[in-house]
Amino acid sequence: MSHRIHSFHGGVHPEENKQVSTQHPIAIASMPSHVIVPVRQHIGQPAKPCVNVGDRVLKGQIIAEADGYISVAAHASTSGTVTAVAPHPIPHPSGLSDICIHIAPDGQDQWIERKPIDYRNLNASALRNRLRDMGIAGLGGAVFPTFIKLNPGVPQKVQTLLLNGGECEPWITCDDMTMRERAEEILQGAAIMRFMLRAETVLVGIEDNKPQAIAAMQRAAARCDFPVEIITIPTLYPGGGAKQMIKTLTGKEVPSGGRSTDVGVATFNVGTALAIHRAVNHGEPLISRIVTVTGNVAQAQNFEVLIGTPIQELVALSGNSADPVSGYLMGGPMMGIELAQIDVPVVKATNCILVKSAKLFPPPPPAMPCIRCTRCADACPADLQPQELFWFARSKDFDRAQKYQLFDCIECGCCSYVCPSHIPLVQYYRYAKSEISAREKEQQAADHARDRHETRLARIGREKQERAEKLAQKAALKPAADSATDDDPAAAAKKAAIQAAIERAKAAKAESDTAASTE
Amino acid sequence: MLSSPYINEKTSVSIIMLKVMLALVPAIAAYVWYFGPAILISITIASVTALALETIAVKMRGLPAKPFLMDGSALVTAWLLALSIPSIAPWWLVVVGTFFAIVVAKHLYGGLGNNLFNPAMVGYAVLIISFPVQMTHWAAPYSLAGEHLGLMNTFQYILGGTLPDGWKLDAISTATPLDTLRTQLQLHRSVDQISQMPIFGSIGGQGGEIVALLFLVGGIYLWLTRIITWHIPVAFLGALALIAGIFHLVNPQHYATPWFHLATGGAMLGAFFIATDPVSGATTPKGKLIFGAGIGLLTYLIRALGGYPDGIAFAVLLMNITVPLIDAYTQPPVYGHKGSKP
Repeated sequence: MSHRIHSFHGGVHPEENKQVSTQHPIAIASMPSHVIVPVRQHIGQPAKPCVNVGDRVLKGQIIAEADGYISVAAHASTSGTVTAVAPHPIPHPSGLSDICIHIAPDGQDQWIERKPIDYRNLNASALRNRLRDMGIAGLGGAVFPTFIKLNPGVPQKVQTLLLNGGECEPWITCDDMTMRERAEEILQGAAIMRFMLRAETVLVGIEDNKPQAIAAMQRAAARCDFPVEIITIPTLYPGGGAKQMIKTLTGKEVPSGGRSTDVGVATFNVGTALAIHRAVNHGEPLISRIVTVTGNVAQAQNFEVLIGTPIQELVALSGNSADPVSGYLMGGPMMGIELAQIDVPVVKATNCILVKSAKLFPPPPPAMPCIRCTRCADACPADLQPQELFWFARSKDFDRAQKYQLFDCIECGCCSYVCPSHIPLVQYYRYAKSEISAREKEQQAADHARDRHETRLARIGREKQERAEKLAQKAALKPAADSATDDDPAAAAKKAAIQAAIERAKAAKAESDTAASTE
Repeated sequence: MLSSPYINEKTSVSIIMLKVMLALVPAIAAYVWYFGPAILISITIASVTALALETIAVKMRGLPAKPFLMDGSALVTAWLLALSIPSIAPWWLVVVGTFFAIVVAKHLYGGLGNNLFNPAMVGYAVLIISFPVQMTHWAAPYSLAGEHLGLMNTFQYILGGTLPDGWKLDAISTATPLDTLRTQLQLHRSVDQISQMPIFGSIGGQGGEIVALLFLVGGIYLWLTRIITWHIPVAFLGALALIAGIFHLVNPQHYATPWFHLATGGAMLGAFFIATDPVSGATTPKGKLIFGAGIGLLTYLIRALGGYPDGIAFAVLLMNITVPLIDAYTQPPVYGHKGSKP
């Protein structure tokens, strides 16, 4: 069966460098000297720690509970003693610290009691809650809590389950190796997702630079008891981006600001499918992941690593190379982040540690002026006009940047990659986006303050009028009670005064109304 | 680097400009073969002037000179200007043209990447308006010239204006085919009669048609190496051929054939090397088509109905004015905004 392939606009062909880390099978990383588990490893609310210093914890035990709707639990990745619940630097370009649960391993690696989940006979929402408590988040890099994406929606919105084996970033091979070695388990995970989503079709997209992964997945698919299509797609960065993958396999575009479910597709990384299989069929929460260690190391390789392992200990497993190290990236060279330090832990988002050297990653030449050659526009997978966005961002013309759909930029880096003037274009877009967001926040605060002010003025005006009316009524009732004759000039004068008071009150109200509305 | 990506394609502005110059080399070689070595001298004068002016301008703007000299943009401008004007033009004509191209059109607008107008064409326009006589003295093809000027004599003529004893300017210079067509039509000759004159070759002019062919070859090289896209040249040449074809069909005795228009003057140089200047041209795919077609159309109208023999420079400059408008109205739809339905 051949599946029709669509193409997305743009894309680039950076040197792949994937063969260096696929020479050896996935190795189990040795037990780290200590484990540091951040409470926030996913997008959304950080998990709430539920252990105390001195507690003994077992491998797989929940040490921080999901807090709020978009949140997942965190677990002890080995047995040992909690030594601290305190801030520690996390993998972030700024070197930011966050609350982490520190565990001193006892070396016994003793599991909690593991029970498979009978998912077919479990209430759908209870099943999702189990996955949340298993700590499953997307392992493709965005780490979105998976259980939320496994809600089919009412009415049933998802027809297609799409497993993403694109892995288009240079150097990274963790998904490739996972597919080669654990294809069957990935598809067992897919079976669970398919059941939860009630999806009709299961597609797996893999770039054609991974022939062994494709073959392994095809063999596994042939043994599957439900139809799975393994689809080979051309190698083109960023073909593994969810939006690009959906376009390639279905021809559909996820609407701007929308989700993939809007076009009936739910996309998951192959590693996430594997994690779901381990969680559901083996009762193992997400406490480890496959990480590529590559670049300027003695032997590049993939490891199965416990979450919380210090990155320096992981890198040490690959040995030092002769060249001096010039830095560390988490992720690939196109979208990865530079690590300010490497005593940070491996987290669920850690797909690759790329050790840099000046030889492998020479600093770019100084930026020259833009010559509007539009290579960036030719390379942009979001069909943007990066040269215009650059111009607007640089001149702080944020309104026009937004009009030219700045927020549809996926920051894939294709534009910067091809720029002959070596302009760090993506940096300009990140800057413009953050400026616009900051302005919007300010605007919201100002709007809120104005609303409150207007409401207050209106209330004051209303109270004033009510008081005046009450006074006028009281005054009107009094003379009517004590004077019987209408001809009494004093009573007539009083009446006129009352009438005047009512008029004044009305005028005052009208005035305060106009004042409020012109505020 | 502050943020991703951490890798770049092995490319630079210098490499792009170098490839543009490389693409010009075959046509320049043919130019020398058919019209003598004068073009080498004028290209050299223009290049030296351009580099000197670029250095002064960049330094006056407080920028480091080296990266801007190395980017090659000044050299490309110099070469294109030299190729647009008569090769035996006096040295000061080349210098004045280069001055307007580099200093006025480029640096007064903010330097590389900021010029609204094509610098070489600004230089050309200034010269043809200010020095119309000198701009009509084109080197005659060797096959027609009474005398062959050697390199030294050409040098002396360009720098000092002196020809060897007894030589006349008429012996080495001639009107271009486009110019001849224009003046002869005014004398009420027919296109058929005019094209029998010796200056004409099989399609365009003697020698000139081969040079044009090699500009086409260079242009195809630029397209293959993705320095330019096909949009502007195809739209330019297509529009020029189309309108020339319509006029020719209506009155073949008064309007030359479309292939004559493609093979003469600056059509090929303009289509592949001048109109494709990224800085001053349209940037969206649709915009490039409109921009190129506009130049083709205007070129023909100026040639056939206007006051100048060739119309490329004015057509390019006029279309440069429209670029912001064209770009603004031809933005391609962005991913996720195409109304895809579930």
